[in-house]
Amino acid sequence: MKYLDEYRDARVVRALATRIRARITKPWVLMEICGGQTHTIMRYGLEELLPPEVELVHGPGCPVCVTPLEVIDRAIEIASQPGVIFVSYGDMLRVPGSRSDLLRVKAAGGDLRIAYSPMDALQIARDHPTRAVVFFGIGFETTAPANATAVWAAKREGLANFSMLASHVLVPPAIRLILGSPANRVQGFIAPGHVCAVMGYSEYQELTEEFHVPIVVGGFEPVDVLEAIAMLVDQLESGRAVTENQYVRSVTEAGNRAAQQRMSEVFEISDHRWRGIGHIPASGYRIRDAYAAFDADRVFDTGQIRVEEPAECISALVLQGLKKPADCPAFGTHCTPQQPLGASMVSIEGVCAAYHAYRRHTA
Amino acid sequence: MCLAVPGKVLETVEVGVSRMASVQFGGVTRQVYLDFVPEVQAGDYVLVHVGFAISRVEEAEAKRTYELLEQIGALADEGLEADGTEGQP
Repeated sequence: MKYLDEYRDARVVRALATRIRARITKPWVLMEICGGQTHTIMRYGLEELLPPEVELVHGPGCPVCVTPLEVIDRAIEIASQPGVIFVSYGDMLRVPGSRSDLLRVKAAGGDLRIAYSPMDALQIARDHPTRAVVFFGIGFETTAPANATAVWAAKREGLANFSMLASHVLVPPAIRLILGSPANRVQGFIAPGHVCAVMGYSEYQELTEEFHVPIVVGGFEPVDVLEAIAMLVDQLESGRAVTENQYVRSVTEAGNRAAQQRMSEVFEISDHRWRGIGHIPASGYRIRDAYAAFDADRVFDTGQIRVEEPAECISALVLQGLKKPADCPAFGTHCTPQQPLGASMVSIEGVCAAYHAYRRHTA
Repeated sequence: MCLAVPGKVLETVEVGVSRMASVQFGGVTRQVYLDFVPEVQAGDYVLVHVGFAISRVEEAEAKRTYELLEQIGALADEGLEADGTEGQP
């Protein structure tokens, strides 16, 4: 298919790997933020093609993984209420809260439905005017404009039976946290192309200047990821640190203004807890007061849910590139995709789950 | 989760307050919201995520990037052959 096949061309992939090998003289630690890129690296075995000097560590960019435990618990509580239709992206159903998951709510008779788009949830609300329809709106900046549009459209239409349980996270504050850690090892970042399609990349230019770290906005196909790595290696070897854009076909510096406008109409920036990592200042969105009637957190009183994560899980260190999945004694033994202990194992885009799926049991 | 797929816009229609498009992905066609790319016309390629087009794929840029990459590919192929002979003492 156009714009896909050519970026999976094995000849170009090999050529890029050759270019990286020819250029590199010292070891470098690079991080891809996005779980989609982690998946591409594992699926196509890109690490096998790279010289040993390139160490790839995998970042926290899986929104399913970092959705806080207490939000999952709240989702389970709302979905269990009689009369509620709970609508979610399919990825969220198996994610364990502190005691249960949404699939078990469905098995117990809850009306739980999977949607491809938040607009599908709006249609369910129109079709069932006497039922409370709640959409589980999670995501990074890529997904936030679509989720915002569902809330915005519900208000315009006066769709009083629709609300959203929202948990949105932002990429740049997570990079700042990683770079600000005294133990940080990451020397260059692949920024997530689809987040940047929406947001542009000026926030990454600020990070580059503040921390003198090269950042390359990268796409998701094997050719994209390898070209982004080649660009990072080139910067590091020549001592440069700038933000560059590999994913030119879909990303502009300013991003998508219409999508940004829709998000800021409905959401405002707030502090946010990340599963596996903890509290990060100004790292998420919450629904603005003007849309409070469509905010499931305010429509349903679930009280204060406060839960602790399993002490044994080292996902905080894994998601910041400080440990590899195989460094964890629980990995593949009593922490598996079927029975995950923590954030990086709960979705296939999580680092631990990807290592597990592709049998990368050693570091 | 942040998966977004490029597809070709076959036609655009007005649905209530929204402008939508039929977008073709390989053999599958889906209805997609154009709220964030109002300028899109039939024949354009868009990047689609959870039912919304989030950007228009720049054909010229895609072509330029790919041509550049192909050149590298061609050069490296030649380079690989050359390597075989250069390896001789």
